Amino acid sequence: MHEVDMTKCLILSMEEWAEKKNKKKIVVEKINLKIGEFTCVEPISLINTFNAAVLGSWLDSSEITIETIPFEGKCSKCNRLYFPKKENGYKSPCCNFNLEEIISGRELKIASIDFKEK
Amino acid sequence: MHLPISDKIELNILHQNSHQAEKNKVKFNNYNLLCLNIMSSPGAGKTRLLEITLEDLSKKFHSAVLEGDMTTNLDAARLEKLNIPVVPITTGRACHLDANMVSGGLKLLEKKINPDLLDILLVENVGNLVCPAEFEIGEHFKVALLSITEGEDKPLKYPIMFREADLILITKVDLLPHLNFDINELKSNIASTNPKADVIEISSITKSGFDLWQDWISKKILKFKNN
Repeated sequence: MHEVDMTKCLILSMEEWAEKKNKKKIVVEKINLKIGEFTCVEPISLINTFNAAVLGSWLDSSEITIETIPFEGKCSKCNRLYFPKKENGYKSPCCNFNLEEIISGRELKIASIDFKEK
Repeated sequence: MHLPISDKIELNILHQNSHQAEKNKVKFNNYNLLCLNIMSSPGAGKTRLLEITLEDLSKKFHSAVLEGDMTTNLDAARLEKLNIPVVPITTGRACHLDANMVSGGLKLLEKKINPDLLDILLVENVGNLVCPAEFEIGEHFKVALLSITEGEDKPLKYPIMFREADLILITKVDLLPHLNFDINELKSNIASTNPKADVIEISSITKSGFDLWQDWISKKILKFKNN
């Protein structure tokens, strides 16, 4: 359950962010995440873990939103972009080349935080 | 109540861990100490690999081990018999080492030995093919083990682990004659996931491949110390 540790890191990052905003004077409505498809994160597990972890805390009323970032690679022979598939061994469909360059899909980001001042 | 504000921060979720991992790496660099993160599923042969490796490696280089384990010190006890500094890190329920745990382990190691006297720190991660891949610990290189009894498809099923590895050790190859296992298919799956990784076939029973593995480590240590 690495989502537990990811949630811990997420909450620590939120604490750090809130210190700069004066935590007592704000209400966080949404924490908007970008999670790549080529990561070890299961979005629903992260949401459930977060919801359980923040119960009764200053983030209790906040909601996690997740934008999934597609897993995209670049064929090292012809430079075409493609969506690597496990079934195809992640090879490029154009030239059947191994996956060398990953363009997107490794993101684990807090993209933005929506909040209100009390 | 005011209107909502959107603060675009674009911050890595694991920023806290990455930040500590960077601090660990600075420490390793200051000690001129190469750090390898050894990862695999449970039972792939990490501890046995380290036992055999350290018997020879310790003759040429000053070595130490941080030994990650969920619940016991059994593996650490095995390695302590080699008379090298070993620090057990018991993670409890956590299924991987993180940068804070390694920082704590390094502090305990500093009480046992002056790390300036060391050349290499081998960190044996908790047996798991998923979580350790996402948590940096400040290592210079990642080494992933995959035993042939696990199946040819594991690099495709656990791609992050094998994508992140600098070196992949295919272990237990002495069992090849007894298994219906296609090592070329495994190598093809490794290449699909990570074409840049070095790959070495190795056996802790016959000791085949250990010369290549020891050579890989020696070159990394010497290159690191010369930089």
